[in-house]
Formats: sequence, structure tokens, C-alpha cells
Amino acid sequence: MKLDSKIPDGPLAEKWDKHKFDMKLVNPANRRKYTILVVGTGLAGGSAAATLGELGYNVKSFCIQDSPRRAHSIAAQGGINAAKNYSNDGDSVWRLFYDTIKGGDYRAREANVHRLAELSVNIIDQCVAQGVPFAREYGGQLDNRSFGGAQVSRTFYARGQTGQQLLLGAYGSMMRQVDEGRVMMYARREMLDLVVVDGKARGIIVRNLINGKIESYSGDAVLLCTGGYGNVFYLSTNAKNSNATAAWRCYKKGAAFGNPCYTQIHPTCIPQSGDYQGKLTLMSESLRNDGRVWVPKNKGDKRAPDQIPEVERDYYLERKYPSFGNLVPRDVASRNAKAVCDEGRGVGETGLAVYLDFSDSIQRLGEADIKEKYGNLFDMYERITGDNPYQTPMRIYPAVHYTMGGLWVDYNLMSTIPGLFVLGEANFSDHGANRLGASALMQGLADGYFVIPYTLADYLATNTFSKITEDQKEFTAATQEAKSQITKLLSINGKKTVTEFHRELGKIMWDHVGMARNEKGLKYALKEIPKLRDEFWQNVMIPRDGDSLNKNLEFAGRVADFLELGELMARDALLRNESCGGHFREEFQTPEGEAKRDDKKFTYVAAWEYAGKDKKPILNKEPLKFENVHLSQRSYK
Amino acid sequence: MDTNSKLTLNLKVWRQKNGSAKGKLADYKLTDVSTHMSFLEMLDVLNEQLIKQGEDPVEFDNDCREGICGMCSLVINGVAHGQESSTATCQLHMRKFNDGDTITIEPWRSKAFPVIKDLVVDRTAFDQIISAGGYTSCRVGSAADANSLLIPKDMAEKAMDAAACIGCGACVAACPNGSASLFVAAKIAQFSYLPQGKAERKKRVLNMVGKMDDLGFGDCSNHGECEAACPKEISITHIAIMRKEYVKAAFS
Ligand SMILES: Cc1cc2nc3c(=O)[nH]c(=O)nc-3n(C[C@H](O)[C@H](O)[C@H](O)COP(=O)(O)OP(=O)(O)OC[C@H]3O[C@@H](n4cnc5c(N)ncnc54)[C@H](O)[C@@H]3O)c2cc1C
Ligand code: SF4
Ligand code: FES
Repeated sequence: MKLDSKIPDGPLAEKWDKHKFDMKLVNPANRRKYTILVVGTGLAGGSAAATLGELGYNVKSFCIQDSPRRAHSIAAQGGINAAKNYSNDGDSVWRLFYDTIKGGDYRAREANVHRLAELSVNIIDQCVAQGVPFAREYGGQLDNRSFGGAQVSRTFYARGQTGQQLLLGAYGSMMRQVDEGRVMMYARREMLDLVVVDGKARGIIVRNLINGKIESYSGDAVLLCTGGYGNVFYLSTNAKNSNATAAWRCYKKGAAFGNPCYTQIHPTCIPQSGDYQGKLTLMSESLRNDGRVWVPKNKGDKRAPDQIPEVERDYYLERKYPSFGNLVPRDVASRNAKAVCDEGRGVGETGLAVYLDFSDSIQRLGEADIKEKYGNLFDMYERITGDNPYQTPMRIYPAVHYTMGGLWVDYNLMSTIPGLFVLGEANFSDHGANRLGASALMQGLADGYFVIPYTLADYLATNTFSKITEDQKEFTAATQEAKSQITKLLSINGKKTVTEFHRELGKIMWDHVGMARNEKGLKYALKEIPKLRDEFWQNVMIPRDGDSLNKNLEFAGRVADFLELGELMARDALLRNESCGGHFREEFQTPEGEAKRDDKKFTYVAAWEYAGKDKKPILNKEPLKFENVHLSQRSYK
Repeated sequence: MDTNSKLTLNLKVWRQKNGSAKGKLADYKLTDVSTHMSFLEMLDVLNEQLIKQGEDPVEFDNDCREGICGMCSLVINGVAHGQESSTATCQLHMRKFNDGDTITIEPWRSKAFPVIKDLVVDRTAFDQIISAGGYTSCRVGSAADANSLLIPKDMAEKAMDAAACIGCGACVAACPNGSASLFVAAKIAQFSYLPQGKAERKKRVLNMVGKMDDLGFGDCSNHGECEAACPKEISITHIAIMRKEYVKAAFS
């Protein structure tokens, strides 16, 4: 496989403008002749469908939930970054670019990241025009706050519901196009396969989740906007329906998978309370602006937090990182929480938690102020745990949250399959080995509103498309394959439920391919995952109703794919003999316990290529070139 | 910190094979339910047991389990999203129940939200209402600098209060008339507070209200059940705003 990142030449800050000019356009009258299939309606897919519909393309949009408005983006709490410098605190496009590259531990493409920083400012304008009720100051201007890994205030927010408001903005725009007849919405559909005709992505196979029918849709390009794969860990902050299936099946059709091992563990989640736990809940890291993280200085100190005097508390982030304090990037905050718990200084019933304490802020700013900023988060915490965080510190622990890895794309967001574009969390592109807070929303909307309209047009204008119909052999073959997988799953009739398998996989992943990894553990995972997969295909038990809503059947297909993806993640993590960002290999750390990169050997993107069933995947490397920033050891001290 | 204890529960759950089948309440006994569990985790446990017994699990909608996506939708003991105020079903925890309780679980019931299976209903009517006008028509890429529009903090806050609606449909399920007024009013009120919403103000309210009527939702006769059921505390005063907007639009 040849990887061509298609990064335009010229100075970094001029690449995107120049490229926009160089790309071909599609004449407005011709746009309606093109059908674009957009899979996913989160920030990436919703904004893409809205924009392409508005431009006049014929768009078909698909999602798993009953409504496009429920995509997982809705759950994002904290905010969205933009280099507006409204706070006049020294921000700029360059600084946002630099922070993102550095935050990603120098494992992202300079050109992509710079484009993202440039577009960030347009996103806020667009969203305000849509009526997104961002937080304001008394003078009527937009309010900003600072977020993990940044020393400037560049994060825009709408209470603790930023993702919801941004998504409702995109959803509204998209529904406007539904009304105009330019976007057709297909909800409660799950994409099961990609149809490739003459080497180009020309269609998808989906399952109608209500009646179980397999449906085919043809088009001139496919936009995959299906989100991340954090649920491979079973417990994560992702919504229950978040999955890797669409991306994984594209991988098996020839799309390279980039950096699968790059997983982000979020430092501030509500700790697990029991085995029945179905998912974990994130507490926005904006809380770290006003909350102080601490554990007792002494091991096994089981006193209630208010019984532990100030001198016996260890505010370990403030102690170790005086300049960033509680606002260090996520990977650093997460690893430190794990470290203090591993030392036996964790709190709560399980000892797998640290305190996030607001008492100082409440004293300084007053309870009303804290309530205004974080009221809904505090309420959520109380509902789940039964504790009142105004009175007693929150207990938090890291949890899987985001996947930086994803399908490999070039600068135009096109995968290694021509005509298959990948947007949002589903691609690997902009966050390197670690994503900074408030940057995923920015990326999803940049991709959908501002990048894809140009790069898709260029693809359409420079290619020819044979006439195809949904009854031709490529479609019938893919339909047949999807059907036979379902028949097979339903016929196994074993003894263990899908959830039991998923939980077991999750445990292997969390213990050995999670926050800290080592060679021994990864090799163990590489042995255990295939075993579990074999058992799954012989012993899974699924309620046998293929013709109506059957959540267990849907999940079975997703878990089957997770059982393959998990292995690729372990393989990728084992090969990367360095620590970078969210990928922490215990063998490779500085004396202070920080991630130690090996730039000589690993300044590349690992793009894995499917080689066939039971065959070892092929590793392709895209070297990363840094011409504008100097690679240095990240330091947040 | 509350301590964990175990409950035994008698569940009466609505089972219905599909939209045209007749449904009925089925009885299940569940033991050892931890009070730390969420309501949906309790149903997960029930489903795991049913699957193991070779029975069909209970289908119910859910996704985020954080009270924000609006997908969960259960009538619990006759109340949409259950007794606890301003809480979506997925955020309800078993510590609010007692050992030995009988809990009845039913789907949203409304003409405009037909049952698909068990506890799952079809809420696409809400999408249709939004597509009739729940947006501003601003072309992508054409917006002015965000700070060129000054919006007083209190107006932004009011708009946000209205925009917090998660589109769950509990208001419809709770309303004796099956009206969608609270949902529609929340969207209309959000834009009525914001300068961005002004240009399409009249068209928006006329089209959205018209669509709501066409789709078989009932009329609002001020029962206030919607507000009580709403997990996001969307205030019924928004309905008054909607009416004002409607009158202004229809008679000017
Ligand atoms: C709890 C939480 C809080 C977060 N907070 C922030 C924050 O404050 N700031 C920030 O920048 N980022 C945040 N993030 C990250 C950010 O929300 C996500 O990365 C981003 O929203 C992903 O958007 P997306 O459009 O790529 O995918 P998603 O929003 O996940 O959408 C995926 C879409 O694809 C559809 N889909 C998936 N698979 C299929 C299939 N097989 N067939 C058909 N459709 C399919 C789904 O139905 C859905 O419509 C947060 C994430 C979480 C989990
Ligand atoms: S108004 Fe309240 S009850 Fe009605 S849909 Fe919105 S959030 Fe749900
Ligand atoms: S599952 Fe998302 S609101 Fe309840």
C-alpha cells in the first residue's frame, strides 16, 4: 500500500488557502447529480450533511439512534477551542497549532493541525449564527475559559452542555436541508459494509434496526463519520451505541487503520461502583479549573476527607507540576492518579479514586458562582453517587474516553479507498498521540463545515463515475455476506451472553492495553484476545429474533468487531517501543515517570493494512516531518 | 456516603412484539439489586437473566446514560421518567426504591409516538417538527465575527434554559392531551430571546405549530403535567411565549 498524505507544499500558514485555490470545484447546477452517503450524524456527520445539502448535493444520512440529534457528540460537556484571542491573553492560530502539536506529543501532521487551528475561528462564528447559546459576559461578549493543557482561555462553552448545543446547531441546519429535500434521513440504520466498485467507494450496506432488513444504498462518495471506538474497553465514557463496526468493516475492505493504540484516558470520571456497571460517566475536566486534586499523604488513610488535615494531604499535581498544576494534559493527570492509587493512597470504598475538592473555590468565589459554572455537573454527580460535592470532595478516577487512532486519511480526509472520506473521531488525523481538551468538537466541525465541502468537490470533479445500481453484483455480494454473518450469529446458540464476552474483552484491554502498557502484558493480550474471539464464535448466546428490534444482535456484531480491533490495538502498542501521549509503555519513561519518546525510530504514523482473515496485518509507515516546530520533551512543570 | 444494600423487586414490564401486536404487562421478580445501580443497569441485569433462560429480553431505548441524549423513555409507576424530579430515566438510581417494591414499567403512550417493540417508541415526529423551522437559515461560511453580535448575559442564559431540552418526549407522554407544546415552545422561545432568531420569527412559529398539529399531537390545555415530567426543567412559561409569538405572527 502506498501512503500519500497529499500535504500541499508552501509555507505552513499558506497551505490550506493555496490548496483551496488549486482544488477543482463542482458547478452548482451539477451538484444535485451527485449522491453523497454520510454515515453518522454527530458533529462531523451532521455538519457535513448540512453543508453539502446546502451546497446542493443530494445527501443521504444514516445513524443508529432514533434521531440524528442523539449522536454521541451530544454528551460533550466542557467546551470547544478556538483561537479567537477574545481574552487578549496571547492566543493566536499559531499558539493553538503549537499547543495541539505539543499536546499530541509530536505524533500528528503539522499541516492538518495548522488548518484545524485556522478554521477554529470560523466555527465559533458559524455556531453563533445558528443560535448556539454560548456563555456570555455581562457586556454581551462571549465568555472563555481555560482547559487542560492550555495556559490561555480559548475555550467556548454553553454551560456543561457544549456538545449538545453545538450538535443541536448542526442538527437544526441539517433538518433544514431535510425540509428542503436535499438531505434524506435514515435513522435506526447500522452500516455493516462498504461497497467498492471499480476501486471506488460507491455504496453501503445497512441493517434496518426495526425490521432487520438489509438495505443497500449507492452513491458517488461515502463519508464515514461514525465516531470513536472507546467501547472496545467495555467500560468507557462513550454512549452505549458507540462502536467501531463501520470503520472496521471499511478496514477490511482496504482502508488503512492509523495508530489504533492511541487511546485517551480521561482523568475525571466517576469511579466504577460494581460489576453490573454499564458505562462510566465523565465529569468535565473544566472542573479542574476550580477543583483541586489530592489524596492522603499516607497509605491506607481511610479517614473521611474532612478529617484529614491540610498538612496530611498531597495535592500531587500542584506539587509536581507547579506551572500547570491541576490543568496538566489528560494523559499526565490520568497516569498520576493511577500512580497514587497503585501506591495505596487511593480513596473511597475501592481505593481506586482520588479527590477533586472544591472547598477552596467555594470559599473564594462563593457557592453561587460555582453553581452557575458547574451546577449541572454537581447535580449529575450527586444523582449517581448519592454524595453532595458542595459538601464533600468528588471522587474521580480515569476512564477510557476518546480514541485518537482511527482510519488513516490524507490531507483531504480521504482514506486509502478512493471516495471513502473519514471525518471526526473516526479518523486518526489531528490529535497525534493525545488530544487536548475541547479539541474534538473543534475537529469534528472543522471537518464537516469547512474541509469536506472543498476536498469532496475536488474528488468529484476530478473523477468519473460509472452508472451503478443497487442490484449489481458488488451490492448483492455484500448483502449476502452481511446476511450470512447475522444468520451465523443467531445459530450459535451458546451459553455466554454478548455482554459477558464484551466485559471479558474489556478487562483484558483495560489491564493490558490500557493506561500503562508493557511488553509482557501486550503479549498476553495478543494471546488471550484471539482465544476469546474463538470462544465467542462458538459459544455466544443471542436471542433469536433477526426480524425485529434486537439490541443483543446489534451488539453481537459490534463485539465481534471489537474482538478483532482489540488485537490490532495490542499489536500496534507492542510495536511502538516508546511512550508518547496516551500511549504509555512502562519500559520507556524518564526518571520522573514521564512519557519518553523515541523520535529517531517512531516519528511516524502506523497505518495498518488488512491482509485477510487470520493473516497478520501489514504495517505501513507515514513518516512525520516537523519543519516548523522543534521536537522536545513535553514538560508541564 | 450511602451504603450499598440489596433489594428484591417485583417488576411489571410492558411487552409488545411489534407495532401491530397487542401488548401486556409481564411479571418478573428480581433479587439482589444493588442500590448503587442505575435503573437501566437494573434492566440490564433482568435482560441478562431472561437471555439465559432462553426468553426475549426487554427492548428499551437508551444511549448516553448521562441524561443528555434524550433516548431513554420509560413510564415508571405511571410517571414519565419516574418519580424523581428533573431526572431522566437513565439517571434514576435504585437507591430511590425500597426492598419489596412493585415497579410498573411502560413505554411513552401517545398517538404521535407509536410503539415499535416493548418499551421502544417512534419519535420521528419530533424531527419533523424541527425540520419545519427549528433553526436559523445561516449559510455555512457566511457568518460575521461571533463577537460582532452582543447578547446580554441574561438573554443568553434564558436562551440556554430553553435550549436545554433533550427531545425525549416525556412532556408528550405526560400530557393528558398528548400535546408537544413544551418541546415546540422550548425551541421557539430559545430563538425568540436571540437576535439570530429574529429574521425567521414569524415563519418559524407558524410552521412548527402547524406541523405539530398535523402530526397528531393534541392541544395544550394548561395541565402542567409536561413541566413536572420534564427532566430538564423546561418551564411551562415557554408555552406562553410560544402563544404570544404565534398570535403576533398570525395577526400581523
Ligand atoms: C462524555 C464525553 C464528553 C466529551 N466532552 C468533550 C468536550 O468537552 N470537548 C471536546 O472537544 N470533545 C469532547 N468529547 C469528545 C467528542 O465529544 C467526540 O470526540 C466527538 O463528539 C465525536 O463526534 P463525531 O461526529 O466524530 O462522532 P459521534 O458524535 O460519536 O457520532 C457518531 C455517529 O455515527 C453513527 N454511527 C456509528 N456507527 C454507525 C454505523 N455502524 N452505522 C450507522 N451509523 C453509525 C452514530 O449513530 C452517530 O450518529 C467528549 C466525549 C465524551 C465521551
Ligand atoms: S421539553 Fe422536557 S420533556 Fe419535553 S422533550 Fe424537552 S426535555 Fe423532554
Ligand atoms: S440514555 Fe441518554 S438521556 Fe437517558
